[in-house]
Amino acid sequence: MSEKHLPLWEVFIRSRSGLAHKHCGSLHAADAEMALQAARDVYTRRGEGNSIWVVPSSAIVASDPADKDELFEPALSKIYRHPTFYDVPDEVGHM
Amino acid sequence: MATTSISFAESSLLNLVLRRADDALILGHRLSEWCGHAPMVEEDIALANIALDLVGQARSLYGYAALVEGSGLTEDHFAYRREQHQYRNCLLVEQPNGDFAATIVRQVLFSAFMDLYWREMMTSRDKALAAMAGKAEKETAYHLRHSGEWLIRLGDGTDDSHERAQTALDELWVYTGELFEADDIERGLAQSGVAPDVLSLEGSWNQRLAPILREARLEIPQAPFMQSGGRSGRHSEHVGYILADLQYLQRTHPEAVW
Repeated sequence: MSEKHLPLWEVFIRSRSGLAHKHCGSLHAADAEMALQAARDVYTRRGEGNSIWVVPSSAIVASDPADKDELFEPALSKIYRHPTFYDVPDEVGHM
Repeated sequence: MATTSISFAESSLLNLVLRRADDALILGHRLSEWCGHAPMVEEDIALANIALDLVGQARSLYGYAALVEGSGLTEDHFAYRREQHQYRNCLLVEQPNGDFAATIVRQVLFSAFMDLYWREMMTSRDKALAAMAGKAEKETAYHLRHSGEWLIRLGDGTDDSHERAQTALDELWVYTGELFEADDIERGLAQSGVAPDVLSLEGSWNQRLAPILREARLEIPQAPFMQSGGRSGRHSEHVGYILADLQYLQRTHPEAVW
């Protein structure tokens, strides 16, 4: 299957109850309309969604796995960024 | 000699329900033959989805046929225990899958007809048929959209895909006349408000097809005559092979259940 005629697309589905479209997989298709149909046929056949996005995979800019230490490691030692150091007064109730 | 075939009195309504049910079952079976063989996995799943829609429609219709017949036969009896001449499907749906273009052309021609048919059936005086039509119409609208988009890409694609699509259209066109054949059964049930008047759908069918074929750069064939006979049980030799496949289990082990 040639990438030229059937490029790769990334599929995002919004589930019935969900607010955001979530990435659920990828597929090959000739163009946007066929990608949308293939996404419907491949990823929503068990009633998973009520909205579909398809995006050319080539349009996605991804971080380099080799950069993961500098990008993500610094956050691991900063637990104070999690909001777990506050005592919530009872009067506030459910937050 | 004992036979596993059923016999039953075929009222007009039962005959009409079997026409719709057999169309759906035979085409559903044909499409299921692509499973594992389609040109790409995405289309493999898409064709299987359409096949399942059609088999689902056939089940509802056979269930209703059993109810109309009323002697205790079931949907399985109608699907698996009739002989070739008792099948009421049109010749178009029994045609072999051929290449992918032939499968797509067959689907466009049939779905364009059925989408119009189910849409009209939604206002049938027969509440059961109207309810089945409401469900089937949504499925059929998608079948037409999917096969229509494919046909545009095949017809307006490479020289090879264009030629294959045009060849398929030329070869299958002779089976389209039968869709609009209004015999006494179709006419009678149309007059009593039970079913759409198939003859009246031909104009809309041509209008549905025209923009698809135009965009696909395909020529509408000039058929010197139209093939017919499926509705009265005169089928091509293909049906025997389909039924051998489809009926093997129920013929070998009558009344077998899951």
